Amino acid sequence: MRKVDTKEIENKIYQMALDAGVTLTESCKKAMYEAVQNESGSAAKFALESLCQNFEFAEKEKLPVCQDTGMAVVMLEIGQEVFLEGKPLKDAVNEGVRRAYADGYFRKSVCDPITRKNTGDNTPAVIHTEIVKGDKICITFMPKGFGSENMSRVYMLKPAQGMEGIIDAIVETVKLAGSRPCPPVVAGVGIGGSFDTCTYLAKKALTRDIGTHNKRADVADIEKRALEKINALGIGCQGFHGDITALAVNCEWAPTHIAGLPVAINIQCHCMRCRKEVL
Amino acid sequence: MKKLNLPLTSKEIKELRAGDSVLLSGVILTARDCAHKRIMEYLSAGKELPFELKGAYIYYAGPCPAKPGYASGSCGPTTSARMDSFAPALLDLGLGGMIGKGEMSAEVLEAVKRNKKIYFAAIGGAGALYAKAIKKSECIAFEDLLSEAVYRLEVEDFPAVVAFDSYGGSIYAKN
Repeated sequence: MRKVDTKEIENKIYQMALDAGVTLTESCKKAMYEAVQNESGSAAKFALESLCQNFEFAEKEKLPVCQDTGMAVVMLEIGQEVFLEGKPLKDAVNEGVRRAYADGYFRKSVCDPITRKNTGDNTPAVIHTEIVKGDKICITFMPKGFGSENMSRVYMLKPAQGMEGIIDAIVETVKLAGSRPCPPVVAGVGIGGSFDTCTYLAKKALTRDIGTHNKRADVADIEKRALEKINALGIGCQGFHGDITALAVNCEWAPTHIAGLPVAINIQCHCMRCRKEVL
Repeated sequence: MKKLNLPLTSKEIKELRAGDSVLLSGVILTARDCAHKRIMEYLSAGKELPFELKGAYIYYAGPCPAKPGYASGSCGPTTSARMDSFAPALLDLGLGGMIGKGEMSAEVLEAVKRNKKIYFAAIGGAGALYAKAIKKSECIAFEDLLSEAVYRLEVEDFPAVVAFDSYGGSIYAKN
C-alpha cells in the first residue's frame, strides 16, 4: 500500500492546468504547421497562419491560447494499491483548478445550467476516476472549450450499419458543425459500450496525441477513412473553404450489446491542450 | 489588407464584399449569450440600456481577465450562431454590425442586407492575438455577468474578414 496525500494531486493539477491554458501539445503544433503547408485555399491558409502566430505568441507571453479556457476535465487512473489521505479527492481536484484559473488569469466559464449564474471559479471540474492495477496515479488534464463541445453528437446506430455507418456518422457530425466549432477540428470518437460509455470513450480519444492511431487495424482504418472524407468536405479553417477541415480522427472502442452500435463524436477545435502526468 | 476605422461610413460598407480581409480600429462592445438575454429584457420592458445600441458594433466575445501589464486578457470571438435569434431585431434597431465567428442564419444574412450593415468574422481560436489588438478595456454594463458582461474595447488593427456583406453575400456560401 502506497500512501498519497491528496494535496500532491491538487498541486499537480494546479501546475498542469496553468501550463495547459497557455500551451498547445507538441503534436498539435506540428499538425498546424503541416496544415499551413498543405492548405491551398488562400483565406483558410491566412487563418491557419494566424492561428500558428497566436499559439506562438500565447506561449511566449503566457497568455491563454484561447479565451475559452474551458471546463476542466480531469481523468484519474488510480492504482488499487494507493491509499489516499488528506482532504477528499474531489475537493483536492477542484482546489487545484480553482487556484490555477485564478493565478493564470483564465476565464471562469462554469455556470448553473438553469439560472446561468457563474460559479466564479471555474469549478466544479468534470472528474472521471478509474481504478487500475498498481500503486501509481495517472492524471490527465484537459481544458475543454464549448464552441466545439456544442457540436458533438451521439448516434445509436443499428448493428447492420457497421463500419460504413460509423464513418458516415463521424463525417456528418463534422459537416453539420460547419464553420461553427473553429475548424480545423479533431474528432474524438467512442465506438460501442452503452449510451454513457461511448461519450466517455470519445472524450478519452481526444486525450490521444495527433498522429497516433488505434492499435486495432480495423479501428485505425475507420480513423483514416473518416479523416479523408472529412477533408474532402472543403469546409476549411474557420469555414473559409479549404483542404484542411480536420487534423485527426481518434477512435476508442468498447464491447457493446448485440442489439446496438452506439457511436459518440466529441468535437475539439485545434486548441489541443491535454496534459498527462504520473504520480 | 484594408484598414478601416469604426464606425464605418455607408460608402465604406458599400465597398466591402464577403471574403475581404480587413484590420479594424475603433470601439467595439462585447456581448454574448447572457448579455443578449439581458438586452432583450431591457428592450421588451421599455427600459433604457446603459449604453448606446445605435451604431454600435457588437463583438460576440467573453474575455479572460487581463494580466498585469495588458489592457485585456485573451479575447477571441465566440460562436455567433448562438446569437441568431437576437441579431435581426438589434440590426433593425440600428446596430452598426457584428463581429464573431462562424456562419449565422439566413434571417441574419437578410437583416444585414436589409439594414445595409455588416457581419465580420474574427479568427476563432486566436484569443491571444486579439488581446494584443485591444488597447483599452472597460466594463460598461451588466458587471455581475463577469466575462459575459458588456466591455467597451478600443481596438487597433483588429484582424477580421467580411463574413456577410450589405449585398447578401456570404463567405460561407458554397461556390
